This record gives sequence, C-alpha cells and structure tokens, in this order.
Amino acid sequence: MPEQIELVVNGQARTTASAPGTPLLDVVRGEWRLMASRFGCGSESCGACMVLADGKPIYACTTPIDALAGKAITTLEGLGDEAHPHPVQQAFIELQAGQCGYCLSGIMISAKALLDVTPKPTRAEIAAALDGHLCRCGAHARILRAVARAGELMAERGVDV
Amino acid sequence: MISNTLPLGLVDNPRLDQWIAFDAPGRVGIKTGKVELGQGILTALVQIAADELDLAPERIALVSGQTNAGPREGFTAGSLSVEHSGGSIRLVAAEVRAMLIAAAAARLGCSVAELTIDDGAIIRHGLPTGLDYWQLAPGLDLQRKASGMVAVKPAHLRRVIGRNLPRIDLPGKIFGGAGAFIHDLRPEGLLHARVIRQPWPGAQLDDNSVADVADAQIIRRHNFLAAVASVEQMAVAAAEKIAAHSKWSGGTPLTDASTEPRWIVEQPSIDSSNSRGVRPEVSDPARRVKRSYAKPFIAHASIGPSCALACFDAAKLSVWTHSQGVFPLRDQLARALHIEVDAITVHHVQGAGCYGHNGADDAACDAAVIALSLPGKPIRVLWSREDELASAPFGTSMVVALEATLSPGGYPLDWTTEIWGGPHAQRPGAAGGVNLLAADALPNPPARPVPIEIPEAAGGSGARNAPLLYDVAHQTIINHIATDLLPRTSSMRGLGAFANVFAIESFVDELAAMAGVDPVRYRLAMTIDPRARAVMEQAVAMTPWDAAKAAGTGRGFACSRYKNRAGYLAVFVDVQVDEEVRLQRVWCAVDAGLVINPDGVRNQVEGGIIQAASWTLKEQVRFAEGRVATRTWDNYPILRFSEVPAIEIVLMDRPRDAPLGVGEVAQGPTAAAIANAVADALGLRIRDLPLTRDRIIAAVATEAS
Ligand code: FES
Ligand code: FES
Repeated sequence: MPEQIELVVNGQARTTASAPGTPLLDVVRGEWRLMASRFGCGSESCGACMVLADGKPIYACTTPIDALAGKAITTLEGLGDEAHPHPVQQAFIELQAGQCGYCLSGIMISAKALLDVTPKPTRAEIAAALDGHLCRCGAHARILRAVARAGELMAERGVDV
Repeated sequence: MISNTLPLGLVDNPRLDQWIAFDAPGRVGIKTGKVELGQGILTALVQIAADELDLAPERIALVSGQTNAGPREGFTAGSLSVEHSGGSIRLVAAEVRAMLIAAAAARLGCSVAELTIDDGAIIRHGLPTGLDYWQLAPGLDLQRKASGMVAVKPAHLRRVIGRNLPRIDLPGKIFGGAGAFIHDLRPEGLLHARVIRQPWPGAQLDDNSVADVADAQIIRRHNFLAAVASVEQMAVAAAEKIAAHSKWSGGTPLTDASTEPRWIVEQPSIDSSNSRGVRPEVSDPARRVKRSYAKPFIAHASIGPSCALACFDAAKLSVWTHSQGVFPLRDQLARALHIEVDAITVHHVQGAGCYGHNGADDAACDAAVIALSLPGKPIRVLWSREDELASAPFGTSMVVALEATLSPGGYPLDWTTEIWGGPHAQRPGAAGGVNLLAADALPNPPARPVPIEIPEAAGGSGARNAPLLYDVAHQTIINHIATDLLPRTSSMRGLGAFANVFAIESFVDELAAMAGVDPVRYRLAMTIDPRARAVMEQAVAMTPWDAAKAAGTGRGFACSRYKNRAGYLAVFVDVQVDEEVRLQRVWCAVDAGLVINPDGVRNQVEGGIIQAASWTLKEQVRFAEGRVATRTWDNYPILRFSEVPAIEIVLMDRPRDAPLGVGEVAQGPTAAAIANAVADALGLRIRDLPLTRDRIIAAVATEAS
C-alpha cells in the first residue's frame, strides 16, 4: 500500500494514493477528475498542463506527485466560475480570447501568476510570461489583449485575487 | 438573398425534421452535420436559426455531428459550413416559421398578416394570443420536404445575424467545466490505450520483438500493436517499452530526400493542363520571366493530440471522435473492419483546434480496432505528441513555377502556372480509399485513395487559387499530382491555395519591381473585380504611410480571393530582418460578404494570419532514417507569443451579399506579404519556404559572393 500524499488543491485538502512518480497531471485529471488542465506534449514544451504550486506556475505533465506533498495547487477550476469569475476569466470571455480553447487553461494560469506580481504588464511582459505556451489556432493577439484587460479589471476591483 | 438552387445540405437532407425539432418546451432543436473545430461555426448557426425563427439565441439547442441524429453533411471543411449548413438551416427555419404562423392564424381565425412573433410567442396586434411555437408544433408535418421557397428575412429585419454573439462553447473552456473536449470523457470501466505505430508505411513487425509488459495488456493484430491498461500511466509506460524493443522490416521507408524543396518535382505524377483566354501575339523572348517557388511538407500540429473512444457491445460499435466527417468515417470504419454500417454509431465530440484532415479519423480507427478485440470495454486512445506531429497526414510539399510574357509596359499578357505537389483530398472515403492508419496495419490493407484533383468549379485542390485574380489575356495551368507519394498527405487549411497564392503574389511583386511600379498600383492596374479592388484600397487606407523606412525593415503586400469564389483579403505586413524575420505590424482588409458574427470573422482571420506566419517563417517536416524526424515541439517549432505582431483588421460592410467563407482566406496572402516584406528589407528574394534564419543567412551569403 503506497503512502498517501497530502496536498491542498484549489483550497481543499486532498490525498492521493497514486504511485510516487505519477505526474501531477494524471492525478489531477485521472483521479480527481479536474479536467481543465490538459495534456499536450508531456515534455514541458507547450504549457497546456500549467498549474500553480504555491502560486508559481509548474508543468503538471512532468512534475511527480510526490514532489508536491504539502503544497497548495491551483488549477483553472480554482480561479473562479461563471457566477464568480476571476478577472482573467472575465477578460477572456469579454474579449472572446480563444478559438478551440485547448491551450487556454494553462495560459490563464500563467496570466494569473504574472498579474499577481506585475499588475500592469506591458505587451512585451505578457508575451514573455506566456512564451512557454503554444497556441496552434493563432489566438495569441486577443489572448495578449485579454491579459492586459484582466490587469485593468483587477485594478478596478481593487481586490487581491 | 435566396439563390435559385438549394444549398447542398438541403439537397442531401430534404426533410424538415432532419434539421429541426420541438422536443423540449421552450427550446428549438437545430441539427447540423457540421462540427465545431474551434472556428465558432456552432455560434454562427445558432445566430442564423434564432434570426429566422424570431427566437432568443439561448432557446436554440444545437445537435452537431451525430450519425444517429441529424443531417448527413459530409465534412466540415473548405470554409463552406455557413454556406451549406447555414444556408439550409436558414431556409428550413424560414419555412417552419411560416408553417407555425399559418397554423396560428388558422387557430385564431385571423389572417397571417395580423400576427407577429416574439421569442416564439404568437402576437396579434401587439398583444399576446396565448399561443406559442411549442403548442403549435405538434400539429405540423415536419416530415415533409423543405420547399426552400419561403423568403428569408431581409437585411433590415435581422437582429441576431451581424451581431457579436459570444461563442457558445467558450465559457465551458474558460471556466474549466468538465467535458469540454473529447479528452475529458471517462465512462465507467474505461481502459486507456496507446498505439505503437508502424514506423513507416507497410513496415512488418518482427514477432519476436514484442516486449513483455507486466502492467498492461498487449493487443496485436498483424502489424497493429497497442498497450491497454486501466491506469493511463501504465499504458503509456508499456507502450514506450514496447516501442523501444519492437523491430520492423520491409515496407517503404521514407526517403531523406523528401525534405529537399524540389524533390516533389521528380516524383511520378498524374498530369493535366488547361488554358483560358486568347493567347496574344508576343514574339520577343526577352520579355519572358520565369521563377520557381517552393513550400515544404507541413504538419497540422494540433495542440491536443488526437483522441478517440470506442466500445463494441452486443455487436454494435460506438465511436466518439473529433473527426471532421462522422458519416464518411462511419462508412470507412465499416469497410476497414468488415462491420455493417448500421451497426456503427459515430458521435462527434470537440477536440483541439483542427485545420484539415489530421489524425482524428486515424485515432478513431485505432480505438475501434482495440474495442473489437475487447468487447464490452470502453477504450480510450490518446496519441502521443510524437505521433501527432509525425503520423497524422501532412500538408504536401509543393513547387510552383510561374512564367509570364510581358507587355512593353511590363504587365503580363500570357501567364503559365505549373504546379507540383502531393494529393490534398485524401480524407477517409475519398476517391475510393479508406485511408485509416490502423486499417493499413491489418492483413490485406485496403488501397490508398487515388490521387485526385477537386474540380475547379468546386474550388480545386492542388490548383486551388491557380487561376489569377488578375485580368491577364491568356493563362495556362499545368498540374502534376504525385502518385504513390510517401509521406502521406491530405487536406490542410487552404490546400494548394497556400503555395499558389504565395507564389503568384510573390511573382507579381517581382514583376511590379521590374516594371518600376508600386506593387499595389501594379495589381490595381490588372484588377477588374470591384470587390478585389475595394479590399486592396481599404488595406492601403488603413496602413500608415508617413514613417521613413528604417534600415533592415520592409513592407509587403498581397491580395487574393480564396478559391476564386470565397472571401477576399488584402494585407500589408511590416517586418524587421536581422538574420531572423520579426513581424512588426499587420493591416488586413477582408470582404466576407454578409457577416454572421463580426468578431467571429475577425477571430478566424487573426488566427489564420498568425498560423500562416508560423508556416511561412518556421515550419518544415523533415525526414531521416526512413522516418519523420520532426517529432517534438523542439524540432517542429511554431510561432510563439513573443513573435506575434499587432494585427489590425477591417471588415468590409456587405450586408446584402451572400456570406463568403473566411476560414482559409488568410493563409496564402499572409505568406506572400511576409515574403514580399522580407524581399523589401533585404533587397533580395527568397523563394523557398520557410524563411528561417538559415535560409536568410544562406541567401545573403550567396548574394554577396
Ligand atoms: S503537456 Fe505539459 S507542457 Fe505540454
Ligand atoms: S485556441 Fe486552439 S490552441 Fe489556442
């Protein structure tokens, strides 16, 4: 019987019995059924799987679950919902930033991490923060605008989200 | 607004109830054979139906891409969905609305002219009558054929069409709701499967090379090999181990030479040619110019690898897929797996962005083959990143040689376009072929589809956009379609239009420079079509002209009408070149005819420009050691956020014209405008894509020596 690993996921205490070495992404999707974090490459080259660990973006596709014991994980589901959207989500809806949407979860996670430390990023700063993310549909231009808009919304709300 | 001929969707699916249903109170079911690929088609179809039926868009419940419900509409491809499916839904909705209002008039004993409709409620002289669609619908005969004769709403009465209705599928993706993608489906008892692919076509598996794996079950049928396990990680690990040990022989390894820009010209081909116009009398051979342009094999490179689910239970096969064509896929699965068509149901579920015939159908066949070996078990196949980049069909490499005989003023009088490329139209079922990878690995694999050219009247394929937008007295188009081509090629966004427009619009720029005429003015001088002139002039008007040209920068222009029958696009691109090309700004004018959803059109065009820029600057499939060598994002890079320019788009206002597809309109012109801008910056011309750092350094070095 493998040891249980304890983490906090989107503010909730969770345990997993997944074998050490199992990528966080498999646990998030396969065990906890949080489906927003996506598989794109499995090798840290597309960003589709990005989640936050203690507020820092990490690749869930390669980070083994046992390396995360005790950490606070945030997935897209933890940002907000339709009734209470996170400013990043609100801005992405407002600007219709996305085509197929497959890349968006990871991108919104990185956007939140950026805005938490740089509330008024320039276009170049946003692009640099998102450069580990690939989007094949070419939704980049409006994604860049949406992240800037999310910064404005955060300032308007005046809350620390 | 109504054309005299019925849209294709209605010709193939004439009954009203194939398109519309009133099953749930307060909702109207609209059925379409077209599917969401990330292009926003479902939202546009909701807008069309809501407008004709006088309903709030929220009342429309769409059913899309199910072989057991809804119209059979072939593939979602070719920028035709609004025309074919949208046109059908529009006529059906107009007719059913007329039937409903007639039924209401009969019930109320009044004339139709006294009645109006407000969100499905019947209104008489501005007052509610207590009647609504859902009370009246049971009395309608929806099994009858659509006449297509009821007039659709005129432009000034439309309320939903032309508005930026937000995409109906985006909230699910932005708020992380489960089930947004096929990848999220997890039915009870699911087994995860990974396929170990033949490394090249026809490769035979050495029986003794199949490794033992402890945690997974091996499914082997001839040269088809898969690992199946209840835990995803175990299926992945087993497949990796099996792949590392498996030995393959025979078959036809790919040749490294197919990486070379002009390899395709040497391949055996089916050849055709046609001419149009009257050949003018020109004798001076000095006034003849010839140039050749090339484009490599490129990958769909979807961000989410192909995925499919299948279950074979009680002699029935159910398949869940992100295929562009659920009906053709069902037919070919039946052929490949020797099952009755009626025993198969194919359900469309959204996948990651799709830009043509990618691995979706292959993955569906993978899942089906495994499901047949494990009856009663739901099977989920997910491709690896490597297979997504290397095993899906490619967009073919192409060479386009152009020759013009010029007037004394430097304008073309006679023009020849000679095209070499692999086949584009190779979807499952095309030209009698099955074209599913798993089927190719089974005993007695079915023949590959015969290479075909789509007729010009339907937009062409290899020769798509070869006919000139410009007024040239005589044109000849020679088309070579490679036969028995390996690697496997098929439809990719724009088909031949990408290479043809890149070549033609580059060549036109070269001719303009030789004539010493401004490139836009040169084009306008050869353009009769007023809509083409209008997008060119709009592009000029929206682009700033005051700044002096800085060293190492360049500006390029290009224009095209997609398929010579869909949307028009004219574009300026500014670049900076210092060994590497940096896109600075893009200004783009688009004529899409009647626009159902302006923001949706902008989104499509922006995406098309960025993707085409990526193809133009970075992308090339390479081959080595008999296999595809570009298998990761590291060696098949695509454009990144920091490389994306600011893009400005103006849509021409054409509410009284028919809608024109724009999904593929940007691909060719973007490539040519970038190439023209690079030539402007460098003072020399690079005619082979992609315009990478290596190509630029080599071109500059050659020029200097
Ligand atoms: S799936 Fe993790 S970076 Fe691509
Ligand atoms: S929206 Fe499709 S990959 Fe980004």
